[in-house]
Amino acid sequence: MSVTIDDVTYIAELARLRFSDDEALKMTDELNTILHYVDTLNEVDTEGVLPLSNIHDQKNVLRADEEHEPIANAAALSNAPDSQDRFFRVPKVLG
Amino acid sequence: MKYELVVGLEVHCQLNTKSKAFCGCSARFGNPANTNVCPVCLALPGALPVLNRQVVEDAVKLGLATGCSIAPLSVLARKNYFYPDLPKGYQISQFEEPICLEGGLRIDAGEGERHVRLIRIHIEEDAGKSIHDIGDDTFIDVNRSGVPLLEVVSYPDIRTAKEASVYLQKLRQIVKYLGISDGNMEEGSLRCDANVSLRLYGDEEYGTRTEIKNMNSFKNVEKAIEYEAERHRQILEAGGAISQETRLWDADKGETRSMRGKEFAHDYRYFPDPDLVPILVDEEMLERIRLELPEFPEARAERFVQEFSIPAYDAGVLTVEREVADYFEELAGLAKDAKVASNWVMGEVLRTLKEKYLSIEEFIVTPVRLGGLIRMIASGAVSNTIAKQVFELMQESDASAEEIVEREGLAQVSDSGAIEAVVDGILAANPGQLAAYREGKTKLMGFFVGQCMAKMKGKANPQMVNEVLVKKLGA
Ligand SMILES: [Zn+2]
Repeated sequence: MSVTIDDVTYIAELARLRFSDDEALKMTDELNTILHYVDTLNEVDTEGVLPLSNIHDQKNVLRADEEHEPIANAAALSNAPDSQDRFFRVPKVLG
Repeated sequence: MKYELVVGLEVHCQLNTKSKAFCGCSARFGNPANTNVCPVCLALPGALPVLNRQVVEDAVKLGLATGCSIAPLSVLARKNYFYPDLPKGYQISQFEEPICLEGGLRIDAGEGERHVRLIRIHIEEDAGKSIHDIGDDTFIDVNRSGVPLLEVVSYPDIRTAKEASVYLQKLRQIVKYLGISDGNMEEGSLRCDANVSLRLYGDEEYGTRTEIKNMNSFKNVEKAIEYEAERHRQILEAGGAISQETRLWDADKGETRSMRGKEFAHDYRYFPDPDLVPILVDEEMLERIRLELPEFPEARAERFVQEFSIPAYDAGVLTVEREVADYFEELAGLAKDAKVASNWVMGEVLRTLKEKYLSIEEFIVTPVRLGGLIRMIASGAVSNTIAKQVFELMQESDASAEEIVEREGLAQVSDSGAIEAVVDGILAANPGQLAAYREGKTKLMGFFVGQCMAKMKGKANPQMVNEVLVKKLGA
């Protein structure tokens, strides 16, 4: 499997990343090196093996439906670049 | 119309758990902005989600109630997109392996029973809330972020706008019977998106569909689908093509309009969330939940017919809402006469609730109090007409029916001497009508009854008034 520079540009857009042309080329090469490396896994015979969605051998890690103490509003907003009253404030987005 | 309407619904049902899906923050609606928050739902680095057990159980309940098969193993996945009210940059949802698969709902929109199949029901979390209408910026409240939802996805089996609304009402009835959601469309605890398309009758293939969002009442769901179907028809008849897109319903203008700009991002790159382990539903859990399922409306209505000998129509009305059915069942036991109890609930009680915007749980005239009143009617202590007056007064305090009748002097007069005296007085005061009656205008009977009842302020035993009048007029 490999990717083209168009794939990289598309994925970058979805991930809100901006690359220069040189960077996009470099990224395409690096991604292809990684994909090629991972391709080795395709050589393993996985007939009859269920897909693995999680590397932990655990199921049903669940919590009881109980409320914990929330953090204070001021603490919640303390790392935000911008806030007003009790809200996070961000540049206008269309509804 | 040569086109057949094809609709599939995606319904988001907000669960009424105490805490959120993946953290212990309160899931309550209406708290001050950004106060039900913690590192998990704010997406602070290093915070780890842990699934709420109740969410799994609620999903299994809804799955069983809608005839789905429950996946022994299901997986939570990340749905990736950027929006300011989605702090993590992804929504935890289920994709390839949802918890419930392939069920269905039986609905009747007035043209016989139809079966609408379900593709799936999956668990997901809600996003936060964006507020756009203050000033030049957008304000974000994360309280709702992480509140658990079940998404119920139907096959495109719905054929009329009415059916869509009936399907939705049926789903609402089920979640309310299960007690897993408030099912309130206006408040957003039940949200519906509709996929609408048209095809020529007889065609196998579906036409191009549009997705409609933002319909916040059953009526709006119907109107929006009707509007959209008509829009498609006009485009198709003019030889045009439908463009696949998402459209917002504008209830004020009564139209749908295109949601431009958000289209390109429909590549969500789902993948299993490595922070969360698979959900296992074993036989033991399945059996336990199966036993906990409530009696559903149809079964309960059938039992009401059997047990209380009330008409099927009554039983249907009384079981639409679980709380009303509970109220009736308690009342029927106390009132002794189930048909009278049914008449009161379907008549006075439901009318009053509607007029006063009350739910039956907050209604001050409890089954115990109404039962007391109905027993007084049965024993002849009050007339039916007076009972309605007593019922009104019972809403003003918690006094019992007996106390009110006593206090207001509303007891029915069944003393034949007192009634005869009034009848004599009325006949003497209306010689003209009396003469006319005796000349054959027997319709005047009603006039005399009315006069007597008015004179006795409605408290006379009407049957006795009738008997006394017949006797005196015949003489
Ligand atoms: Zn939280």
